[in-house]
Amino acid sequence: MPILVIAEHDNAVLKPATRNAISAATQIGGDIDVLVAGSACAAVAEAAARIAGVTRVRLVDAAHYADHGAENLAALVVANAPGYSHVLAPATAAGKNFLPRVAALLDVAQISDIVAVVSTDTFVRPIYAGNALATVQSVDPVKVISVRGTAFEAAGEASPVSVEALAAGPDLGLSRLVGRELTQSARPELTAARVIVSGGRALGSSDNFHSVLEPLADALGAAVGASRAAVDAGYAPNDYQVGQTGKIVAPDLYVAVGISGAIQHLAGMKDSKVIVAINKDPEAPIFQVADYGLVGDLFDVAPALAAALR
Amino acid sequence: MKILVPVKRVVDYNVKVRVKSDGSGIDLANVKMSMNPFDEVAIEEAVRLKEAGIATEVVAVSAGLANSQETLRTALALGADRAILIETDVELQPLAVAKLLKAVCEKESPQLVIPGKQAIDDDSNQTGQMLAALLGWPQATFASKLVVNADKTAAAVTREIDGGLETIEIALPAVMTTDLRLNEPRYATLPNIMKAKKKPLETTTPAALGVDVAPRLKTLKVAEPARRSGGVKVADVAELVEKLKNEAKVI
Repeated sequence: MPILVIAEHDNAVLKPATRNAISAATQIGGDIDVLVAGSACAAVAEAAARIAGVTRVRLVDAAHYADHGAENLAALVVANAPGYSHVLAPATAAGKNFLPRVAALLDVAQISDIVAVVSTDTFVRPIYAGNALATVQSVDPVKVISVRGTAFEAAGEASPVSVEALAAGPDLGLSRLVGRELTQSARPELTAARVIVSGGRALGSSDNFHSVLEPLADALGAAVGASRAAVDAGYAPNDYQVGQTGKIVAPDLYVAVGISGAIQHLAGMKDSKVIVAINKDPEAPIFQVADYGLVGDLFDVAPALAAALR
Repeated sequence: MKILVPVKRVVDYNVKVRVKSDGSGIDLANVKMSMNPFDEVAIEEAVRLKEAGIATEVVAVSAGLANSQETLRTALALGADRAILIETDVELQPLAVAKLLKAVCEKESPQLVIPGKQAIDDDSNQTGQMLAALLGWPQATFASKLVVNADKTAAAVTREIDGGLETIEIALPAVMTTDLRLNEPRYATLPNIMKAKKKPLETTTPAALGVDVAPRLKTLKVAEPARRSGGVKVADVAELVEKLKNEAKVI
Protein backbone atom coordinates (compact mmCIF):
# COMPACT_ATOMS: atom_id res chain seq x y z
CA MET A 1 0.00 0.00 0.00
CA PRO A 2 1.19 3.55 -0.66
CA ILE A 3 2.55 5.95 1.95
CA LEU A 4 1.07 9.38 2.64
CA VAL A 5 3.46 12.19 3.61
CA ILE A 6 1.96 15.43 4.92
CA ALA A 7 3.83 18.44 3.55
CA GLU A 8 4.81 21.30 5.84
CA HIS A 9 4.67 24.75 4.30
CA ASP A 10 3.56 28.35 4.79
CA ASN A 11 1.33 28.40 1.68
CA ALA A 12 4.21 29.92 -0.31
CA VAL A 13 7.26 27.77 0.40
CA LEU A 14 7.60 24.05 1.11
CA LYS A 15 9.50 23.57 4.40
CA PRO A 16 12.72 21.57 3.97
CA ALA A 17 11.74 19.12 6.76
CA THR A 18 9.20 17.67 4.29
CA ARG A 19 12.11 16.40 2.16
CA ASN A 20 13.57 14.49 5.13
CA ALA A 21 10.19 12.88 5.81
CA ILE A 22 9.94 11.85 2.12
CA SER A 23 13.41 10.35 2.41
CA ALA A 24 12.22 8.24 5.39
CA ALA A 25 9.17 7.18 3.34
CA THR A 26 11.49 6.09 0.52
CA GLN A 27 13.34 3.85 2.99
CA ILE A 28 10.05 2.25 4.07
CA GLY A 29 9.35 1.58 0.38
CA GLY A 30 6.32 1.83 -1.88
CA ASP A 31 4.50 4.60 -3.72
CA ILE A 32 4.60 7.97 -1.96
CA ASP A 33 1.76 10.47 -2.10
CA VAL A 34 2.31 13.94 -0.66
CA LEU A 35 -0.66 15.83 0.77
CA VAL A 36 -0.42 19.61 0.49
CA ALA A 37 -3.23 21.25 2.46
CA GLY A 38 -3.40 25.02 2.63
CA SER A 39 -4.81 28.09 1.01
CA ALA A 40 -3.57 29.45 -2.33
CA CYS A 41 -0.69 26.99 -2.07
CA ALA A 42 -0.42 25.69 -5.66
CA ALA A 43 3.25 26.71 -5.75
CA VAL A 44 3.94 24.43 -2.78
CA ALA A 45 2.23 21.52 -4.55
CA GLU A 46 4.38 22.13 -7.63
CA ALA A 47 7.53 22.13 -5.47
CA ALA A 48 6.43 18.89 -3.80
CA ALA A 49 5.81 17.32 -7.22
CA ARG A 50 9.49 17.82 -8.10
CA ILE A 51 10.87 15.92 -5.08
CA ALA A 52 12.61 12.63 -5.85
CA GLY A 53 10.63 9.58 -4.72
CA VAL A 54 7.20 11.21 -4.87
CA THR A 55 4.56 9.35 -6.93
CA ARG A 56 1.73 11.85 -6.77
CA VAL A 57 0.80 15.11 -5.05
CA ARG A 58 -2.67 15.63 -3.65
CA LEU A 59 -3.64 19.26 -3.18
CA VAL A 60 -6.41 20.58 -0.94
CA ASP A 61 -6.92 24.31 -1.22
CA ALA A 62 -9.37 25.99 1.16
CA ALA A 63 -9.27 29.04 3.42
CA HIS A 64 -9.68 26.99 6.61
CA TYR A 65 -6.39 25.19 6.00
CA ALA A 66 -4.41 28.43 5.60
CA ASP A 67 -3.12 28.42 9.20
CA HIS A 68 -2.69 24.64 9.51
CA GLY A 69 -4.85 24.41 12.62
CA ALA A 70 -4.49 20.91 14.06
CA GLU A 71 -8.21 20.18 14.25
CA ASN A 72 -9.08 20.80 10.59
CA LEU A 73 -5.84 19.37 9.23
CA ALA A 74 -6.08 16.14 11.27
CA ALA A 75 -9.69 15.61 10.18
CA LEU A 76 -8.68 16.05 6.54
CA VAL A 77 -5.80 13.58 6.84
CA VAL A 78 -8.04 11.02 8.54
CA ALA A 79 -10.69 11.37 5.80
CA ASN A 80 -8.03 10.64 3.19
CA ALA A 81 -6.11 7.98 5.12
CA PRO A 82 -7.96 4.85 3.91
CA GLY A 83 -5.77 2.96 1.45
CA TYR A 84 -2.47 4.08 2.97
CA SER A 85 -0.21 1.82 5.03
CA HIS A 86 1.77 4.69 6.57
CA VAL A 87 1.11 8.36 7.33
CA LEU A 88 4.27 10.43 7.85
CA ALA A 89 4.97 14.01 8.85
CA PRO A 90 8.08 15.90 9.93
CA ALA A 91 8.63 15.94 13.72
CA THR A 92 8.57 19.74 13.75
CA ALA A 93 6.42 21.90 16.02
CA ALA A 94 3.69 21.78 13.36
CA GLY A 95 3.95 18.03 12.79
CA LYS A 96 3.99 17.28 16.52
CA ASN A 97 0.89 19.42 16.86
CA PHE A 98 -1.48 17.72 14.43
CA LEU A 99 -0.16 14.18 13.88
CA PRO A 100 -1.15 12.63 17.26
CA ARG A 101 -4.71 13.78 16.51
CA VAL A 102 -4.56 11.78 13.31
CA ALA A 103 -3.34 8.68 15.15
CA ALA A 104 -6.01 8.96 17.86
CA LEU A 105 -8.82 9.38 15.31
CA LEU A 106 -7.53 6.31 13.44
CA ASP A 107 -7.28 4.48 16.81
CA VAL A 108 -3.62 3.64 16.23
CA ALA A 109 -0.39 4.39 18.07
CA GLN A 110 1.93 7.10 16.82
CA ILE A 111 5.62 6.41 16.50
CA SER A 112 7.27 9.71 17.36
CA ASP A 113 10.53 11.15 16.13
CA ILE A 114 11.94 8.14 14.29
CA VAL A 115 15.68 8.23 13.50
CA ALA A 116 15.89 4.96 11.50
CA VAL A 117 13.68 2.62 9.49
CA VAL A 118 14.30 -1.07 10.27
CA SER A 119 11.40 -2.53 8.26
CA THR A 120 7.88 -1.54 7.20
CA ASP A 121 6.62 -1.95 10.79
CA THR A 122 9.76 -1.47 12.89
CA PHE A 123 11.52 1.80 13.63
CA VAL A 124 14.17 3.28 15.93
CA ARG A 125 13.35 6.29 18.06
CA PRO A 126 15.20 8.13 20.82
CA ILE A 127 13.83 8.00 24.36
CA TYR A 128 15.09 9.77 27.50
CA ALA A 129 16.19 12.73 25.38
CA GLY A 130 18.40 10.52 23.24
CA ASN A 131 20.13 8.75 26.14
CA ALA A 132 18.67 5.50 24.80
CA LEU A 133 17.41 4.29 21.44
CA ALA A 134 14.30 2.11 21.36
CA THR A 135 13.52 -0.21 18.48
CA VAL A 136 9.72 -0.45 18.33
CA GLN A 137 7.36 -2.54 16.24
CA SER A 138 3.83 -1.39 15.49
CA VAL A 139 1.01 -3.94 15.47
CA ASP A 140 -1.49 -1.42 14.10
CA PRO A 141 -2.89 -1.62 10.53
CA VAL A 142 -1.75 1.95 9.79
CA LYS A 143 1.56 3.33 10.97
CA VAL A 144 1.45 7.01 11.93
CA ILE A 145 5.01 8.30 12.15
CA SER A 146 6.78 11.59 12.83
CA VAL A 147 10.28 11.86 11.36
CA ARG A 148 13.28 13.54 13.00
CA GLY A 149 14.70 15.57 10.15
CA THR A 150 18.35 15.47 11.21
CA ALA A 151 18.36 11.66 10.93
CA PHE A 152 17.42 11.46 7.22
CA GLU A 153 18.99 13.08 4.16
CA ALA A 154 16.82 15.63 2.38
CA ALA A 155 15.26 14.06 -0.76
CA GLY A 156 16.54 15.71 -3.94
CA GLU A 157 14.86 16.90 -7.13
CA ALA A 158 13.35 14.83 -9.95
CA SER A 159 11.12 15.43 -12.95
CA PRO A 160 7.65 16.58 -11.81
CA VAL A 161 4.79 14.18 -11.11
CA SER A 162 1.09 14.98 -11.33
CA VAL A 163 -0.80 17.20 -8.90
CA GLU A 164 -4.37 16.13 -8.25
CA ALA A 165 -6.93 18.29 -6.44
CA LEU A 166 -8.85 16.78 -3.54
CA ALA A 167 -12.06 18.02 -1.95
CA ALA A 168 -11.74 19.99 1.27
CA GLY A 169 -13.30 18.78 4.50
CA PRO A 170 -15.59 20.92 6.65
CA ASP A 171 -14.30 23.82 8.77
CA LEU A 172 -14.71 22.50 12.32
CA GLY A 173 -14.43 26.04 13.72
CA LEU A 174 -12.77 24.86 16.95
CA SER A 175 -9.86 27.27 16.88
CA ARG A 176 -8.84 30.53 15.24
CA LEU A 177 -5.41 32.03 14.58
CA VAL A 178 -5.12 35.47 16.18
CA GLY A 179 -1.59 36.25 15.08
CA ARG A 180 2.00 35.09 14.66
CA GLU A 181 5.14 36.72 15.99
CA LEU A 182 8.07 35.25 14.15
CA THR A 183 11.45 36.10 15.65
CA GLN A 184 13.16 38.73 13.52
CA SER A 185 16.59 38.08 14.95
CA ALA A 186 19.77 38.51 12.99
CA ARG A 187 20.83 35.29 14.70
CA PRO A 188 19.70 31.88 13.51
CA GLU A 189 17.07 29.96 15.45
CA LEU A 190 18.50 27.54 18.04
CA THR A 191 17.09 24.32 16.62
CA ALA A 192 18.09 25.22 13.05
CA ALA A 193 21.48 26.83 13.74
CA ARG A 194 24.71 25.48 12.23
CA VAL A 195 26.70 26.90 15.14
CA ILE A 196 25.57 27.45 18.74
CA VAL A 197 27.36 29.31 21.53
CA SER A 198 25.91 28.34 24.92
CA GLY A 199 26.58 29.80 28.34
CA GLY A 200 26.31 28.40 31.85
CA ARG A 201 26.14 29.59 35.40
CA ALA A 202 29.84 30.53 35.40
CA LEU A 203 28.91 33.65 33.41
CA GLY A 204 27.77 35.03 36.77
CA SER A 205 25.19 37.57 35.64
CA SER A 206 22.77 38.45 32.89
CA ASP A 207 25.02 41.34 31.82
CA ASN A 208 28.03 39.04 31.52
CA PHE A 209 25.94 36.45 29.70
CA HIS A 210 25.19 38.94 26.93
CA SER A 211 28.46 40.90 26.91
CA VAL A 212 30.65 37.77 26.80
CA LEU A 213 28.60 35.43 24.59
CA GLU A 214 27.15 37.79 22.00
CA PRO A 215 30.45 38.98 20.47
CA LEU A 216 31.54 35.33 20.19
CA ALA A 217 28.19 34.34 18.65
CA ASP A 218 28.45 37.25 16.21
CA ALA A 219 31.96 36.20 15.20
CA LEU A 220 30.69 32.66 14.47
CA GLY A 221 27.30 33.59 13.03
CA ALA A 222 25.90 31.45 15.83
CA ALA A 223 22.68 31.13 17.79
CA VAL A 224 22.92 31.66 21.56
CA GLY A 225 21.84 28.98 24.01
CA ALA A 226 22.04 28.46 27.76
CA SER A 227 22.19 25.70 30.34
CA ARG A 228 19.27 25.21 32.68
CA ALA A 229 21.45 26.50 35.53
CA ALA A 230 21.97 29.79 33.68
CA VAL A 231 18.25 30.04 32.95
CA ASP A 232 17.31 29.23 36.56
CA ALA A 233 19.76 31.90 37.75
CA GLY A 234 17.99 34.41 35.53
CA TYR A 235 20.95 35.07 33.19
CA ALA A 236 19.07 34.01 30.07
CA PRO A 237 15.43 33.59 29.04
CA ASN A 238 13.85 30.14 29.12
CA ASP A 239 13.64 29.77 25.35
CA TYR A 240 17.47 29.75 25.26
CA GLN A 241 17.55 26.55 27.28
CA VAL A 242 19.34 23.58 25.73
CA GLY A 243 18.79 20.26 27.46
CA GLN A 244 16.36 17.53 28.29
CA THR A 245 13.75 20.02 29.50
CA GLY A 246 14.63 22.63 26.89
CA LYS A 247 15.60 22.34 23.26
CA ILE A 248 17.35 19.35 21.71
CA VAL A 249 19.97 20.59 19.27
CA ALA A 250 22.49 19.00 16.90
CA PRO A 251 24.52 21.77 15.22
CA ASP A 252 27.80 21.32 13.35
CA LEU A 253 29.60 23.22 16.11
CA TYR A 254 28.52 23.65 19.74
CA VAL A 255 30.62 25.91 21.95
CA ALA A 256 29.89 25.42 25.67
CA VAL A 257 31.14 28.38 27.69
CA GLY A 258 31.24 28.00 31.48
CA ILE A 259 28.93 24.98 31.38
CA SER A 260 29.86 22.16 33.74
CA GLY A 261 27.90 19.56 31.78
CA ALA A 262 24.97 18.39 33.89
CA ILE A 263 23.35 15.23 32.52
CA GLN A 264 20.22 17.03 31.52
CA HIS A 265 22.26 19.57 29.49
CA LEU A 266 24.36 16.89 27.78
CA ALA A 267 21.14 15.14 26.75
CA GLY A 268 20.19 18.19 24.71
CA MET A 269 23.44 18.76 22.79
CA LYS A 270 25.49 15.58 22.64
CA ASP A 271 24.51 14.84 19.04
CA SER A 272 26.33 18.00 17.92
CA LYS A 273 28.98 17.22 15.30
CA VAL A 274 31.83 19.06 17.04
CA ILE A 275 31.72 20.17 20.69
CA VAL A 276 34.08 22.77 22.17
CA ALA A 277 34.15 23.27 25.94
CA ILE A 278 35.64 26.25 27.74
CA ASN A 279 35.73 25.81 31.51
CA LYS A 280 38.16 26.63 34.28
CA ASP A 281 37.52 23.33 36.07
CA PRO A 282 39.58 20.61 34.32
CA GLU A 283 37.37 17.94 35.94
CA ALA A 284 34.08 19.34 34.58
CA PRO A 285 31.99 16.53 32.98
CA ILE A 286 31.54 18.62 29.82
CA PHE A 287 35.15 17.72 28.87
CA GLN A 288 34.13 14.04 28.60
CA VAL A 289 31.93 14.80 25.61
CA ALA A 290 33.94 17.69 24.14
CA ASP A 291 36.05 17.15 21.04
CA TYR A 292 38.16 20.16 22.00
CA GLY A 293 38.49 21.27 25.58
CA LEU A 294 40.15 24.47 26.71
CA VAL A 295 40.79 24.83 30.44
CA GLY A 296 40.81 28.49 31.32
CA ASP A 297 38.91 31.51 32.57
CA LEU A 298 36.02 32.08 30.21
CA PHE A 299 36.27 35.85 30.73
CA ASP A 300 39.73 35.72 29.08
CA VAL A 301 39.17 32.89 26.63
CA ALA A 302 35.79 33.85 25.11
CA PRO A 303 36.80 37.42 24.12
CA ALA A 304 40.16 36.14 22.82
CA LEU A 305 38.37 33.49 20.74
CA ALA A 306 35.94 36.07 19.37
CA ALA A 307 38.86 38.32 18.44
CA ALA A 308 40.74 35.46 16.78
CA LEU A 309 37.70 34.52 14.69
CA ARG A 310 36.82 38.01 13.57
CA MET B 1 -14.44 26.17 36.08
CA LYS B 2 -12.78 22.88 36.84
CA ILE B 3 -9.26 22.09 35.60
CA LEU B 4 -7.88 18.59 35.16
CA VAL B 5 -4.09 18.16 35.21
CA PRO B 6 -2.61 14.78 34.20
CA VAL B 7 0.75 14.12 35.87
CA LYS B 8 3.32 11.40 35.25
CA ARG B 9 5.93 9.84 37.49
CA VAL B 10 9.20 9.73 35.58
CA VAL B 11 12.91 9.31 36.20
CA ASP B 12 14.19 12.59 37.65
CA TYR B 13 15.68 14.83 34.99
CA ASN B 14 19.04 14.87 36.80
CA VAL B 15 19.49 11.10 36.70
CA LYS B 16 21.77 9.53 34.11
CA VAL B 17 19.66 6.66 32.83
CA ARG B 18 21.23 3.28 32.17
CA VAL B 19 20.14 0.76 29.59
CA LYS B 20 19.68 -2.75 31.02
CA SER B 21 22.40 -5.11 29.88
CA ASP B 22 19.86 -7.45 28.24
CA GLY B 23 18.55 -4.55 26.10
CA SER B 24 15.01 -4.93 27.44
CA GLY B 25 14.65 -1.38 28.70
CA ILE B 26 15.94 1.21 31.14
CA ASP B 27 17.14 0.17 34.59
CA LEU B 28 14.68 1.77 37.01
CA ALA B 29 15.86 0.01 40.17
CA ASN B 30 16.75 2.49 42.95
CA VAL B 31 16.48 5.45 40.59
CA LYS B 32 15.15 8.78 41.85
CA MET B 33 11.68 9.45 40.43
CA SER B 34 9.97 12.85 40.16
CA MET B 35 7.02 14.55 38.57
CA ASN B 36 7.55 15.13 34.85
CA PRO B 37 8.88 18.75 34.64
CA PHE B 38 6.28 19.82 32.07
CA ASP B 39 3.54 18.55 34.40
CA GLU B 40 4.92 20.72 37.22
CA VAL B 41 4.39 23.69 34.89
CA ALA B 42 0.85 22.44 34.23
CA ILE B 43 0.00 22.15 37.93
CA GLU B 44 1.44 25.62 38.53
CA GLU B 45 -0.70 27.13 35.78
CA ALA B 46 -3.86 25.49 37.10
CA VAL B 47 -3.14 26.58 40.67
CA ARG B 48 -2.48 30.16 39.53
CA LEU B 49 -5.85 30.16 37.72
CA LYS B 50 -7.46 29.07 40.96
CA GLU B 51 -5.61 31.71 42.96
CA ALA B 52 -6.78 34.31 40.43
CA GLY B 53 -10.38 33.25 41.01
CA ILE B 54 -10.79 31.89 37.49
CA ALA B 55 -10.72 28.18 38.33
CA THR B 56 -12.80 26.68 41.11
CA GLU B 57 -11.14 23.28 41.43
CA VAL B 58 -7.90 21.63 40.32
CA VAL B 59 -7.95 17.85 39.95
CA ALA B 60 -4.69 15.96 39.38
CA VAL B 61 -4.83 12.59 37.59
CA SER B 62 -2.15 9.97 37.12
CA ALA B 63 -2.17 6.54 35.53
CA GLY B 64 0.26 3.74 36.24
CA LEU B 65 1.75 1.83 39.15
CA ALA B 66 0.53 2.32 42.73
CA ASN B 67 3.59 4.45 43.54
CA SER B 68 2.27 7.17 41.20
CA GLN B 69 0.45 8.16 44.40
CA GLU B 70 3.67 9.92 45.43
CA THR B 71 3.48 12.10 42.33
CA LEU B 72 -0.17 12.87 43.01
CA ARG B 73 0.73 13.84 46.60
CA THR B 74 3.30 16.25 45.15
CA ALA B 75 0.58 17.72 42.92
CA LEU B 76 -1.65 18.12 45.99
CA ALA B 77 1.20 19.78 47.90
CA LEU B 78 1.64 22.21 45.00
CA GLY B 79 -2.01 23.22 45.27
CA ALA B 80 -4.26 20.68 43.52
CA ASP B 81 -7.49 20.07 45.46
CA ARG B 82 -7.89 16.35 44.94
CA ALA B 83 -6.37 13.50 42.98
CA ILE B 84 -7.35 10.45 40.97
CA LEU B 85 -5.07 7.48 40.42
CA ILE B 86 -5.85 5.03 37.63
CA GLU B 87 -3.89 2.08 38.88
CA THR B 88 -2.47 -0.57 36.55
CA ASP B 89 0.77 -2.44 36.06
CA VAL B 90 0.29 -2.63 32.28
CA GLU B 91 2.84 -0.52 30.35
CA LEU B 92 0.75 2.48 29.33
CA GLN B 93 1.26 4.07 25.93
CA PRO B 94 -0.02 7.53 24.95
CA LEU B 95 -3.18 6.33 23.15
CA ALA B 96 -4.18 4.26 26.20
CA VAL B 97 -3.53 7.19 28.55
CA ALA B 98 -5.58 9.49 26.28
CA LYS B 99 -8.47 7.00 26.42
CA LEU B 100 -8.24 6.79 30.22
CA LEU B 101 -8.22 10.59 30.48
CA LYS B 102 -11.19 10.79 28.13
CA ALA B 103 -13.14 8.51 30.47
CA VAL B 104 -12.16 10.70 33.43
CA CYS B 105 -13.20 13.85 31.51
CA GLU B 106 -16.59 12.34 30.80
CA LYS B 107 -17.11 11.88 34.55
CA GLU B 108 -15.53 15.11 35.75
CA SER B 109 -16.51 17.52 32.94
CA PRO B 110 -13.51 19.85 33.24
CA GLN B 111 -13.47 23.08 31.19
CA LEU B 112 -9.73 22.80 30.65
CA VAL B 113 -7.27 19.90 30.67
CA ILE B 114 -3.60 20.89 31.03
CA PRO B 115 -1.11 18.08 30.27
CA GLY B 116 2.62 18.66 29.96
CA LYS B 117 3.69 18.78 26.32
CA GLN B 118 5.68 15.57 26.70
CA ALA B 119 7.00 13.19 29.31
CA ILE B 120 10.79 13.16 29.57
CA ASP B 121 10.94 9.35 29.64
CA ASP B 122 9.33 8.18 26.39
CA ASP B 123 9.43 11.68 24.78
CA SER B 124 6.29 10.86 22.77
CA ASN B 125 4.59 14.28 22.81
CA GLN B 126 1.19 12.76 21.95
CA THR B 127 -1.16 12.37 24.90
CA GLY B 128 -2.67 15.87 25.01
CA GLN B 129 -3.32 15.99 21.29
CA MET B 130 -4.81 12.48 21.33
CA LEU B 131 -7.09 13.35 24.23
CA ALA B 132 -8.33 16.48 22.42
CA ALA B 133 -9.00 14.41 19.29
CA LEU B 134 -10.91 11.68 21.16
CA LEU B 135 -13.08 14.31 22.88
CA GLY B 136 -13.53 16.33 19.69
CA TRP B 137 -12.15 19.35 21.57
CA PRO B 138 -9.83 22.09 20.35
CA GLN B 139 -6.20 21.93 21.38
CA ALA B 140 -3.46 24.44 22.08
CA THR B 141 -0.10 22.71 22.32
CA PHE B 142 3.27 24.04 23.57
CA ALA B 143 1.65 26.94 25.42
CA SER B 144 3.72 29.83 26.77
CA LYS B 145 0.81 32.10 27.75
CA LEU B 146 -2.84 31.52 28.63
CA VAL B 147 -5.60 34.12 28.96
CA VAL B 148 -9.08 32.82 29.77
CA ASN B 149 -11.85 35.20 28.66
CA ALA B 150 -14.25 36.79 31.14
CA ASP B 151 -17.18 34.39 30.66
CA LYS B 152 -14.84 31.37 30.55
CA THR B 153 -16.16 30.16 27.18
CA ALA B 154 -12.89 30.66 25.31
CA ALA B 155 -9.18 31.23 25.85
CA ALA B 156 -6.33 32.90 23.99
CA VAL B 157 -3.22 30.76 24.04
CA THR B 158 0.24 31.80 22.86
CA ARG B 159 2.11 28.79 21.50
CA GLU B 160 5.79 28.07 20.84
CA ILE B 161 6.16 27.26 17.15
CA ASP B 162 9.28 26.85 15.00
CA GLY B 163 10.71 30.32 14.54
CA GLY B 164 8.57 32.19 17.03
CA LEU B 165 5.16 32.36 18.64
CA GLU B 166 1.56 32.19 17.53
CA THR B 167 -1.59 33.08 19.41
CA ILE B 168 -4.78 31.14 18.83
CA GLU B 169 -8.23 31.48 20.25
CA ILE B 170 -9.89 28.23 21.28
CA ALA B 171 -13.39 27.49 22.48
CA LEU B 172 -13.63 25.80 25.90
CA PRO B 173 -13.64 23.00 26.92
CA ALA B 174 -10.20 22.39 25.47
CA VAL B 175 -6.83 20.75 26.01
CA MET B 176 -3.75 22.93 26.45
CA THR B 177 -0.26 21.39 26.71
CA THR B 178 2.49 23.28 28.52
CA ASP B 179 5.88 24.44 27.37
CA LEU B 180 8.55 25.63 29.79
CA ARG B 181 8.01 29.36 29.36
CA LEU B 182 4.41 29.24 30.59
CA ASN B 183 5.48 29.84 34.20
CA GLU B 184 8.04 29.00 36.85
CA PRO B 185 6.68 26.29 39.13
CA ARG B 186 6.80 26.89 42.88
CA TYR B 187 8.35 24.52 45.37
CA ALA B 188 6.14 22.59 47.76
CA THR B 189 6.48 23.97 51.29
CA LEU B 190 6.60 21.66 54.29
CA PRO B 191 3.21 22.80 55.68
CA ASN B 192 1.67 22.19 52.23
CA ILE B 193 3.28 18.75 52.01
CA MET B 194 1.69 17.94 55.39
CA LYS B 195 -1.69 19.31 54.27
CA ALA B 196 -1.51 17.30 51.05
CA LYS B 197 -1.57 14.07 53.03
CA LYS B 198 -5.12 14.87 54.10
CA LYS B 199 -6.46 15.81 50.67
CA PRO B 200 -8.67 13.21 48.92
CA LEU B 201 -7.01 10.71 46.59
CA GLU B 202 -9.39 8.37 44.79
CA THR B 203 -8.19 5.18 43.10
CA THR B 204 -9.75 3.53 40.07
CA THR B 205 -8.65 1.11 37.34
CA PRO B 206 -8.73 0.94 33.53
CA ALA B 207 -11.32 -1.85 33.77
CA ALA B 208 -13.58 0.29 35.97
CA LEU B 209 -13.31 3.05 33.38
CA GLY B 210 -14.03 0.55 30.58
CA VAL B 211 -10.78 1.24 28.72
CA ASP B 212 -8.62 -1.30 26.88
CA VAL B 213 -5.02 -0.25 27.60
CA ALA B 214 -3.20 -3.02 25.72
CA PRO B 215 0.03 -1.64 24.18
CA ARG B 216 0.09 -1.10 20.40
CA LEU B 217 3.83 -0.77 20.10
CA LYS B 218 6.19 -3.59 21.01
CA THR B 219 9.60 -2.53 22.24
CA LEU B 220 11.98 -5.02 20.65
CA LYS B 221 15.19 -3.57 21.99
CA VAL B 222 16.58 -0.62 23.91
CA ALA B 223 20.20 0.28 23.23
CA GLU B 224 22.71 2.91 24.22
CA PRO B 225 23.40 5.44 21.51
CA ALA B 226 26.89 5.51 20.04
CA ARG B 227 29.19 7.01 22.66
CA ARG B 228 31.24 10.09 21.91
CA SER B 229 34.92 9.33 22.03
CA GLY B 230 36.70 11.61 24.45
CA GLY B 231 38.38 14.52 22.72
CA VAL B 232 41.57 16.41 23.29
CA LYS B 233 42.50 19.39 25.41
CA VAL B 234 44.00 22.33 23.59
CA ALA B 235 46.52 24.67 25.16
CA ASP B 236 45.21 28.02 24.03
CA VAL B 237 42.87 29.93 21.76
CA ALA B 238 45.27 29.84 18.81
CA GLU B 239 45.43 26.04 18.91
CA LEU B 240 41.65 25.81 19.24
CA VAL B 241 41.08 28.01 16.19
CA GLU B 242 43.66 26.03 14.22
CA LYS B 243 41.95 22.71 15.10
CA LEU B 244 38.46 24.01 14.29
CA LYS B 245 39.67 25.31 10.91
CA ASN B 246 41.95 22.54 9.75
CA GLU B 247 40.98 19.38 11.65
CA ALA B 248 37.25 19.68 12.35
CA LYS B 249 36.70 22.05 9.40
CA VAL B 250 33.65 23.62 11.01
CA ILE B 251 34.70 27.27 10.70
